Amino acid sequence: MFGYYLDLALRSLKRNKVLTALMVIAIAVGIGASMTTLTVMRLLSGDPIPARSAHLFYAQIDPDPTPGDRKEPYDVIDYQSAVDLWSAHRADRQALIIESPVRMRAPDVNLPAMMPTMASITADFFSMFDVPFQYGNGWTAEDDTRRAQVAVISADLNQKLFGGANSVGRTLRLRDTDVRIIGVLKPWRPSPLFYMVAGAHYANGDTADLYSKTQDIFTPFFTGLELNDGNFSQYTCWHLPDHPGHLRNSPCVWVRLWVQLGDGSKVVAYKQFLDGYAAQQKVLGRIARPQNTRLRSLMQWLDYEGVVPSDVRLQTWLAFAFLAICLFNTIGLLLAKFLRRGGEIGVRRALGATRGAVFAQCLVEAGMVGLIGGIVGWMLALAGLWMVRQQSVPYADLAHLDAPMFLLTFALAIAASLLAGVLPALRASRLPLGLQLKTL
Amino acid sequence: MQIQPILAALRRHRLATLLIALEIALACAVLCNACFLIANRIALIHLDSGVDQSSLATVQLTGYEDSQANDLNARVLAGFRGIAGMQSVSVLNSIPFGARRGTAGMTLDQAGQKFGGVVEFYVGGPGSLEALGVKLVAGRGPQADDFQAFTGLMPGNASVQITRALAKHLWPGADPLGKTFWLGDLQYRVVGVIDHLVRPDPGGWPGDRKDWSIFVPAQTGIFLSGSYLLRADPKDLPRVLREARDMVRKIAPDAVLDQEGSKTLDDLRTEGFQKDRAMIGMLVGVIVALLLVTALGIVGLASFWVQQRRRQIGIRRAIGATRRDILHYFQIENFLIVSGGIALGMLLAYALNLLLMQHYELPRLPLYYLPIGALVLWGLGQIAVLGPALRAAAVPPVVATRSV
Repeated sequence: MFGYYLDLALRSLKRNKVLTALMVIAIAVGIGASMTTLTVMRLLSGDPIPARSAHLFYAQIDPDPTPGDRKEPYDVIDYQSAVDLWSAHRADRQALIIESPVRMRAPDVNLPAMMPTMASITADFFSMFDVPFQYGNGWTAEDDTRRAQVAVISADLNQKLFGGANSVGRTLRLRDTDVRIIGVLKPWRPSPLFYMVAGAHYANGDTADLYSKTQDIFTPFFTGLELNDGNFSQYTCWHLPDHPGHLRNSPCVWVRLWVQLGDGSKVVAYKQFLDGYAAQQKVLGRIARPQNTRLRSLMQWLDYEGVVPSDVRLQTWLAFAFLAICLFNTIGLLLAKFLRRGGEIGVRRALGATRGAVFAQCLVEAGMVGLIGGIVGWMLALAGLWMVRQQSVPYADLAHLDAPMFLLTFALAIAASLLAGVLPALRASRLPLGLQLKTL
Repeated sequence: MQIQPILAALRRHRLATLLIALEIALACAVLCNACFLIANRIALIHLDSGVDQSSLATVQLTGYEDSQANDLNARVLAGFRGIAGMQSVSVLNSIPFGARRGTAGMTLDQAGQKFGGVVEFYVGGPGSLEALGVKLVAGRGPQADDFQAFTGLMPGNASVQITRALAKHLWPGADPLGKTFWLGDLQYRVVGVIDHLVRPDPGGWPGDRKDWSIFVPAQTGIFLSGSYLLRADPKDLPRVLREARDMVRKIAPDAVLDQEGSKTLDDLRTEGFQKDRAMIGMLVGVIVALLLVTALGIVGLASFWVQQRRRQIGIRRAIGATRRDILHYFQIENFLIVSGGIALGMLLAYALNLLLMQHYELPRLPLYYLPIGALVLWGLGQIAVLGPALRAAAVPPVVATRSV
């Protein structure tokens, strides 16, 4: 029966090419626009590290000693709290993160000095975040404490300096210190750069920069701190620092602490540990608001920060409003198309087709329009994403249509056209029989 | 032309009429708001920076040690001043549309209880305010002894110039000259008011806050180095900048030239608003596609109606209606449907605007957008219906005597 309906639908669509084309265009344009924005939206609002995100938590305390009734702690923490919490080793894994621009040269490569960004992190970083290595490895906890002069570099930097060759064992000069490369990453592009996200909720939705590439150089936390001292910038300070750039004992917040906690009871225990630490620091008079501790999971943190750029959200809404308009349009056109065939439907009904059969036949025709519209809409979405890639936004290189979105394009197109077809099909199947035959 | 029979006919096609009207209503809502968004972005792109940006460029140096800062400043200033056509070279920590190094929250009292707002501190060496070309509207500019040496992030106890927008925000209705404010423990006294001086990152700030800037005069030093403001005739500027960039390798081999940051202010501005331009492009695309789809919908449905009513049209023609009458019939019918859609659409446009205001920093939709949107849709409807209506008018009276 379905095959017969398909045949009927094709005949009917071919009979009135202009009307068919109008419907296909309406569906295609609507699907193209909404799939383009939906793909970008999914890219930017998705889970940057699905395998691990449930166990990753962002720890905050409020180290500001000045009284006041601020409800939320700063987005990042101070050096002393960070190192205290880290060295307690109460979580399964824990990573401290700071970053700074650093003057860099590769002594045996003939390139001028560059200023890449260096992340200085503790050893667990690589295993916690599932960072993929092309060559070599990360460092050990022991390297952290003995301030080993080693570094891991990004695939990008390895390409730029060494043409992508295995550079493990070679030397980089960071400021005045020689470090040995012990690892090279595979291309790694978490979106957003989740472990650095902070301060986004003050950005008025202007958050595209959170989707930029990773740092080019990774050094052990204390090694980096030492070799680039004086070049760190604070997130904010409650007093102006006496020695700007030298932030170790400054009244400033600038360090990020991520912890990995295996299960719910560990999360509860770690929160208690945080609270305990804050209470103890309050007794020591170092902080004013011990109640301002937070332990948000990765996705909660991204949600709290509001990482998706407001322009992207606006575009998505706009595209769906547009799709709605296209749908209304299609409903109207399908109605015209089905009702025009009143005579034909009347004959089928008179020959014994049930209302359900007529309804099904009309829906198959609508679905057919959706399928063709989906194909054209898919091409339009590819064109739309190509246009996104031409923009100078940090996430431009990420905008590609993956398999789930490809399937969703067709699912959405057919669902939309079926939805549009229901009302006209219902109308067509309810046409009074006698009236139709009389007009023939 | 009588409206009564048209309405009677429409009542028999309630569903189709309703669909077209709803489509028009949605289109009206999206159209008005999209146009409004475009107008806002255009205003942002054309905002008055207050500086002579076409005569200005910047060179950004990094990667040198603090101990080299003073020496570097001296070498760079002397070297750049030797470039033919260079009108002035000065040191300025933040650059309009460029580097942002002085964003901080200031207070109106020393205790830090009366928060003033997050503002941009432009810390500049001698000659930088003049080079920017800002317009002083009250008080005085910096004098020679206002430029003091400093060791921390920011010079304290300074006489500063603030923008009119900031003065209005801090002391509404009062004379800002002589007023003081604080940044942590550092006190500042307002001695001059400037017309406009845009923040380095105006796109991220709503309304007047784009212009909340303060100029703090200071001697160059460790924390005022590496960020240079170049001024030259707009004709010479690209060459002057190129020569300055090339010169860095010779006069400052110990520093790293920031390739991305060292540009003319015009270029920095263009780059800064790139995403707004992309958004305008997207909105224009949506509007065009929207109008196209709506028009196609009207064409499709009107064609269907014309074909359906061929017989009736023939009868009307046979009993004396002119072609013009038939033409007008379809035109008026379209006008009525579109009008219904617009009436609903205006309400929707307003509701959509309220929704957008909640989620985005967007002002209220000015009322004059509504009649303009209505005119556009009426026009669109008439153009779309013209083809089918002409075809209807061409139906010969003889059709009445045939069975269709």
